[in-house]
Amino acid sequence: MVDFALTHAWLVPLLPALAFVIIVFLTRPWPKLSGAVSIAAMFSSFVLASSVAYGVFTNPGFIERPLIYSLRWFGMEGFTVDVGVMLDPTSAMMLFMVSMVATLIQIYSTGYMHGDPQYSVFFSYLSLFAASMLGLVISSNLLQMFILWELVGLCSFLLIGFYTFKISAREAAKKAFITTRIGDFGMLLGLLFLQIIFGTLDLAGLAERVPHYEQYGISLGLLTLIAILVFIGPIGKSGQFPLHVWLPDAMEGPTPVSALIHAATMVVAGVYLVGRTLFLFSEVPGAAEVIAFIGAFTAIFAATIAITQREIKRILAYSTVSQLGYMMLALGVGSLSAGMFHLWTHAFFKALMFLGAGSVLHALHDKADVWEMGGLIKKMPITGWTFVIGGLAIAGIPPFAGFWSKDEILVVTLEYARQGHALGYLLFFLASFTALLTAFYMWRMIFLTFFGKEKPENHPHESPLSMTFPLLVLAALAAVGGLIGTPWANVWGKWIHFGHPHHGEPNYGLMFFSVALAVAGIGLAYRLYYQDEEKKLAKQLAERYQPLYKLSYHKYYIDELYQWFTRQVVDASAAVFYWFDIHVVDNIVNGLAGATKLSGQGLRYFHTGRIQTYALVFFLALLVITVVLAFGSPTLAGSMGGVHS
Amino acid sequence: MSLPILTITLLAPIVAALVIVFVPKEEEKLCKWIAAIGTGAALLLSLYVYFGYDQSVGGLQWVDFGGPVPWIKDLGVTYFMAVDGLSLPMLLLTNLIGFAAVFASWNVTHRAKELMIYLLILIAGVMGTFIAQDLFIFLLFYEVVVIPIYIMVIIWGSSKRVTKEYAGMKLTIYLLIGSAFLLVGVIATFIQSVLITGQANMSFEGLARVPFPEDFQIYMFGLMLIGFGSLLSMWPLHSWSPDGYAGAPTAVSMIHAGVLKKIGGYGLIRIAIYVLPLGAKFWAPYIAVLGVIGVAYAAMGALAQKDLKYVVGYSSVSHMGYVLLGVASLGVIGVNGAVASMFAHGVMAALFFSMIGFIYEKTHTRWIPDLGGLSHQAPRLSVGFMMAGMASLGLPGLIGFVPEFTIFVESFRVFGWLAVLAIAGIIITALYVLRAGANTLFGPAREEYRQVKDLRGAELVPLVVLGGVLVIGGLLPSLLFDMVNSGVAPILAHIQETLQIGGR
Repeated sequence: MVDFALTHAWLVPLLPALAFVIIVFLTRPWPKLSGAVSIAAMFSSFVLASSVAYGVFTNPGFIERPLIYSLRWFGMEGFTVDVGVMLDPTSAMMLFMVSMVATLIQIYSTGYMHGDPQYSVFFSYLSLFAASMLGLVISSNLLQMFILWELVGLCSFLLIGFYTFKISAREAAKKAFITTRIGDFGMLLGLLFLQIIFGTLDLAGLAERVPHYEQYGISLGLLTLIAILVFIGPIGKSGQFPLHVWLPDAMEGPTPVSALIHAATMVVAGVYLVGRTLFLFSEVPGAAEVIAFIGAFTAIFAATIAITQREIKRILAYSTVSQLGYMMLALGVGSLSAGMFHLWTHAFFKALMFLGAGSVLHALHDKADVWEMGGLIKKMPITGWTFVIGGLAIAGIPPFAGFWSKDEILVVTLEYARQGHALGYLLFFLASFTALLTAFYMWRMIFLTFFGKEKPENHPHESPLSMTFPLLVLAALAAVGGLIGTPWANVWGKWIHFGHPHHGEPNYGLMFFSVALAVAGIGLAYRLYYQDEEKKLAKQLAERYQPLYKLSYHKYYIDELYQWFTRQVVDASAAVFYWFDIHVVDNIVNGLAGATKLSGQGLRYFHTGRIQTYALVFFLALLVITVVLAFGSPTLAGSMGGVHS
Repeated sequence: MSLPILTITLLAPIVAALVIVFVPKEEEKLCKWIAAIGTGAALLLSLYVYFGYDQSVGGLQWVDFGGPVPWIKDLGVTYFMAVDGLSLPMLLLTNLIGFAAVFASWNVTHRAKELMIYLLILIAGVMGTFIAQDLFIFLLFYEVVVIPIYIMVIIWGSSKRVTKEYAGMKLTIYLLIGSAFLLVGVIATFIQSVLITGQANMSFEGLARVPFPEDFQIYMFGLMLIGFGSLLSMWPLHSWSPDGYAGAPTAVSMIHAGVLKKIGGYGLIRIAIYVLPLGAKFWAPYIAVLGVIGVAYAAMGALAQKDLKYVVGYSSVSHMGYVLLGVASLGVIGVNGAVASMFAHGVMAALFFSMIGFIYEKTHTRWIPDLGGLSHQAPRLSVGFMMAGMASLGLPGLIGFVPEFTIFVESFRVFGWLAVLAIAGIIITALYVLRAGANTLFGPAREEYRQVKDLRGAELVPLVVLGGVLVIGGLLPSLLFDMVNSGVAPILAHIQETLQIGGR
């Protein structure tokens, strides 16, 4: 089974792809059947992915030499593209995580989407997404990765806009696609550079050639540029500043989609890509610094927005942006282990919290404002308590999963600073402050939603088993999923690393510091939103620092800025181009046509049909020619004579 | 001796047209069925020829009557029908679109009999240009194409921003002016070849072996560039394209945007570059610049449009900019990309126009602000529209991506930062395609379109045929690329050889 799985890993993405085809062409009229097909395919691919992961994680040889097999997709002289499978611990881990979360979320969706007229369509999209995402994970070639990267983008577009009756969903879908496309443009340029200079886009081939870039006749400066161009793709896909704007709006999609695509899997594709191409970034310190700073800045930036948002899914969305920044920071300071570890734990607790939020929305009939909730934990104990576990995990309370991965990031950032990198301590400060804010805004949401006074107008009820079961599984993983990466027995770091494995001694001081930050954040939230039943202090603070509050609540007005740019610059210049086209270019054409018509009218007088006139013209012409030949300029006469000679 | 299969393919629509002539005009359905059978037969034959072509041997194959049949001896004109890897994708494209166009016109009731006759003549004319290996025959077919286009636009067209008479006139005059420049270039080239070699030969292969002087090549290439360029809607000779497509009936828009304008790109490679390589070398940088301007300029133009057909009209100008950029690279990879891109664009543009045609039939408008939420009533129509749109914005997995990427690889290498401007076009393309697509299809269902019926029966044929090609071509690009490469590589090898001997 394991050997079969290793050599047939391409089946993992293929099964959901088949489910997509089956649903579209066969089972669409029968929603239940469509759901069953989709889940069966997904579960089978999860089983297969587990075998793959088992096979990889019992064979240390895969760390240094990944298992690669591929076939020619198309080719011509000087440009060939192979597509294939590349299995190493990193991709095996992703394969396992993605297929598991996708399975759980599909199960959850049977409850959440129950009765939706587009139920079959929804499952077909989920299957297509899973196929694309799993294909992306095992890609052996950057072009293959880019292709699937775009396909997950398509699924994201379709699923954000899934509620087609909502204008806001439509706008959010467009925004997501176009914003990420800007990132993809940069990435495409980067890939073109790599293809032209190194002659391949195979990950293994590039990993071999990029370190010897001088032999390929390029400078460090150009390589830095290439790396930064490639990184623009992840900026778009993983919602990094300044292309983060689409991700919060993507919450217009159904909640399982937010959990699967916009928290656990697709948005981490950017992080994964950077991890996959770390051989490039590690060559160019300049680009790595850019990643670290954009990551750290995004982390704190999104956290400061999250503290004032009111909609439950929006808070989670900004939190996702912030945590993605954390992962980027880890990769930027050079630690694949820490970045991937946070990706792993985040997938569990964030998917858990999104699904929990979905359960709440389901119970409250899509009322989303946390200020209008309260005391829900009594009526919804499973949702509530699993959510609390998620909250402890993301805040960084040991032994929950988030603590270990966040601690690891703080450790590597501190080391980075100690190695004498300029501004390294600034990164560390930003990361620490973000940790504090994260604990605060998460627990603000939890206290407002689940604790405090119940609102009489709400009639919550616990969700069905199909929805609570995934919550329980994810809560278990959010609780213990980090234990494989503790500083005392770092199994994670042994398997997933770039260059040499990280052998940090347990840093008890730092651990204490990070727990203190988490407790402080939770304590502050407790003081403001639980103890203070009227929330007087919170309101006073918001009023006293109103400009700051507004700035945060309005997301620093970046959406407005972009909207202004699109309308006033892009659309306005499009109008100018169009005006130019119909008034200048077209008028020249019409003018030429008019001139032809006029000359036609003029020439009509020569075309009279009277032989006498023709004879006259003929005679006059001959006369002119003779005169010119006889007395005209010598050059002209000479040249005409030249014809005969 | 085997059957002259290319001639039979060419005759299939013509025979169908002749049969329709004898059908009473009240029998509309019968006329349409005969047209469908005629184009269907041509499609099957061209598929047979496509997959029967031996790429490992390459060169001209399926030569009718065993070789050039002398026709006008003094001028060296021969009836010479054969295909290679460059012709075949275009032949297949013509028949794919021709077949789909018949079904896209299925609901036309106004003088349906005549429409089918003109449509079939048009298809045959376009097909002829791609399989003729003789310059004279090529031009002959090219002129055949012009007549039905004009008639079809002014009878079955629609008047919006401009009247259909204006649109038809603009389309036709552009075609004619293009062919006038072409004709001058071609005649001069022919005479010069007679002067140099002392023999009259009109076959492309024969002309390509003539060592024309460099100055001559540069002038003649310039003339041909104007001719083929205006056909390919090269900036600034593009302005017929949006108006023309908007005014034309669906079938004409499909064939014109899908395949007729590709005669420009085909001719540029097959005639201008192949016969006049030194001229090509001189003009290549200018072509690249015009191509890049075309990409960006037309993309911005498309962004400003509110009429669906104008969006696609400008979009096709923009896509032809990519084709020109690929051609201008004069490298195998780039020219391969350009040819594959012509095929890809043909399929997506035809699908686009057929879907817009159906939208117009069902809602009586193409004005985007008046549309919305059509996916509620017409999910299949929406799938077709989105597929065309996604292919147009270069979504991987559909046919447009790999050709575009291939063009980028070569043109980025050859032209550097100039190509970046063209690559940036992918962002603008995404913007206008998604605006057009999402605003038409998504959003709340509208009361006024409650009665709209989804595609069904014969209406599904364009979606199935063209949509199928979009997906198959996207997943298996080598089906197209291996063929294109087997045709393009020898042509470019010949050019490299000539350039090296020319050595300037």
